[in-house]
Amino acid sequence: MAQLSFGQAVNNALDLAMNMDESVFLAGEGVGISIHYDPNMPSHGLLGKYGPKRVKDTPVSEAAIAGLAVGASCMGLRPVVEIMFLPFITLATDMLVNHAGKLQYLSGGKSTFPLTVRVKAGVNFAAGCQHSHNLEAWLAHSPGLKVVFPSTPEDAKGLLLSAIFDPNPVIVIEEMGLYWGKGEVPEGDYRVPLGKARIALPGKDCTLVSYGGATHTAIEAAKILSKENISIEIIDLRTLVPLDRDCLLNSVKKTGRLVVLHDATKFGGFGAEIAAIVAEDAFEFLKAPIKRVAAPDIPVPFSPTQEKFYKPNADMVVDAVKSILN
Amino acid sequence: MEPQANSVRLKTMYEKMVLIRKFEERIIELVQEQGRIPGMQILANGQEAVAVGIIEALKAEDVIVSNHRSHGHLLAKGADPKHLMAEIMGKATGVNKGKSGTLHLAVPEVNALMTSTVVGAGPPLAAGAAFAQQYRNEPNITVVFFGDGAAAEGSVHEAMNLAALWKLPLLFVCENNCWAGAQSYAQHCSVGEIAQRGIAYGMPGEFVDGNDVKKVYALALSMAEYCREGKGPALIEAKTYRMRGHGENDHQHYVDKAELEYWAKKCPIRSLKEKMLKDGIVTENELQAIETKTLAIVAEAVAFGDASPFPLAKEALNDVWA
Repeated sequence: MAQLSFGQAVNNALDLAMNMDESVFLAGEGVGISIHYDPNMPSHGLLGKYGPKRVKDTPVSEAAIAGLAVGASCMGLRPVVEIMFLPFITLATDMLVNHAGKLQYLSGGKSTFPLTVRVKAGVNFAAGCQHSHNLEAWLAHSPGLKVVFPSTPEDAKGLLLSAIFDPNPVIVIEEMGLYWGKGEVPEGDYRVPLGKARIALPGKDCTLVSYGGATHTAIEAAKILSKENISIEIIDLRTLVPLDRDCLLNSVKKTGRLVVLHDATKFGGFGAEIAAIVAEDAFEFLKAPIKRVAAPDIPVPFSPTQEKFYKPNADMVVDAVKSILN
Repeated sequence: MEPQANSVRLKTMYEKMVLIRKFEERIIELVQEQGRIPGMQILANGQEAVAVGIIEALKAEDVIVSNHRSHGHLLAKGADPKHLMAEIMGKATGVNKGKSGTLHLAVPEVNALMTSTVVGAGPPLAAGAAFAQQYRNEPNITVVFFGDGAAAEGSVHEAMNLAALWKLPLLFVCENNCWAGAQSYAQHCSVGEIAQRGIAYGMPGEFVDGNDVKKVYALALSMAEYCREGKGPALIEAKTYRMRGHGENDHQHYVDKAELEYWAKKCPIRSLKEKMLKDGIVTENELQAIETKTLAIVAEAVAFGDASPFPLAKEALNDVWA
């Protein structure tokens, strides 16, 4: 085990994958020479180590970057491409939604597309709504794309290595605000299987489902509630597609209550899917209505007071849990 | 390969063009016989010389990426007409098990790697394929076919810039059939020749009469060689004509009849036949043999498709994931 920041853990996974498999290459805007010179940025130092043949700085061309990944993966390479910020993925969605996610199906299973797209996400860096917009529900709604959203350095490494060596297209969403936070990370070729959630905290009174940076809000809320002897079970989904339904349903069957938390907007958000699955398959175990804690249905605002207002906080989670306890 | 098509190659190309024409003419009949074939059929009647002239100049290992008007490209690349027709009919024995139908045919076993019906999506995909060839130091190239309509898509320009910047072995073939849906070339394109856009990306761009298979072949050979030598991408604009509507449900009410007659006279198959007869390359008997042979291949393909079962409904759930 080593103490690594989230960004270093991603970097470690990229380094290992490139070292293990010659067919892995990186491409994206600034994956080689970045405007940031920071060892906590995921591709830091890899250009120097692997050279410009395998670490490809691209023009500002999201459709071409994604198309590069789809075409090269169909030829048997394992591209790991970066889209700088999640809202910019709109420029690459034709390649991802209509091609990465569908061409294997359209080929009748003849062709495979083992590509990985890494993309930075999150709120709280004062860049406004064209840099901050969590679109994971869009991606999760598109068949054929796996969607990964880690919350810890350990999972960031383990999930990314699994994504790179998965035979399917995988979108790995990295919450930028987590890049500098440290944690224990296993060394070597450590993989976290896609589609397996993690019980971040065991508990008995209420299930709290989250993913990505919001998991840290969930932990903060659980600490507050524990002072009042309220025991929360936190499920960190880690992978949205494929979803670990068993982990979700088993927890709700045990606790009888569900709160879902995410930093994306509420209407049509991924939390709605979680709520619907539980309502369909574990209704008889529920002791109270399901609650969702999510952002208001507005673009991410800029002004610090408003951006803080936008992002769901621990107090909101505490209130939601308490509202269904009695 | 010889730089100018010799008489043997001309006959080969003629036969391939006739096969494509007969294959698609049979599809027209099947469309008209209600219920024989599902979905809208998008045909390249009149454009056969582009598909055949370009692909004849390639090696078997070279990759093509096609678009919604793909049948000719795929047959020229060597796809089996039986399994192609079965796919178009939505049958389980189709090249893609009925998952694609006519629109997104992928026949990777003959290096017809991908087909996209999203207009303009082919070039970025092809850049990826060409990148893989460059990355592995393969002596092969990728060819992407796109239309004059697709030339207006941003994705095409992104792909051209990237391919030129990285010197990818990618041959862009703009099959200018004078129409983008119901919009004429003059109504949708800002330049007289799309080939001129090569200059903007620092790559050679050449215009060719797309109804003259001999000229298409000769240009494709030199441009493919350019790409193969690692000099970067190249652009061919092959001017041809869409003799039928956008799809078989489009009856071309917006097309000037005189224009259709003009292009009908320039039919690439008839022109080649007349030229070969005049030059004494082919005899009437040989032409008749080609006619009989290609009709038999098409009849066999339709019989195979007809005899094949539809896939089970529940098999729709398969093939999403590897």
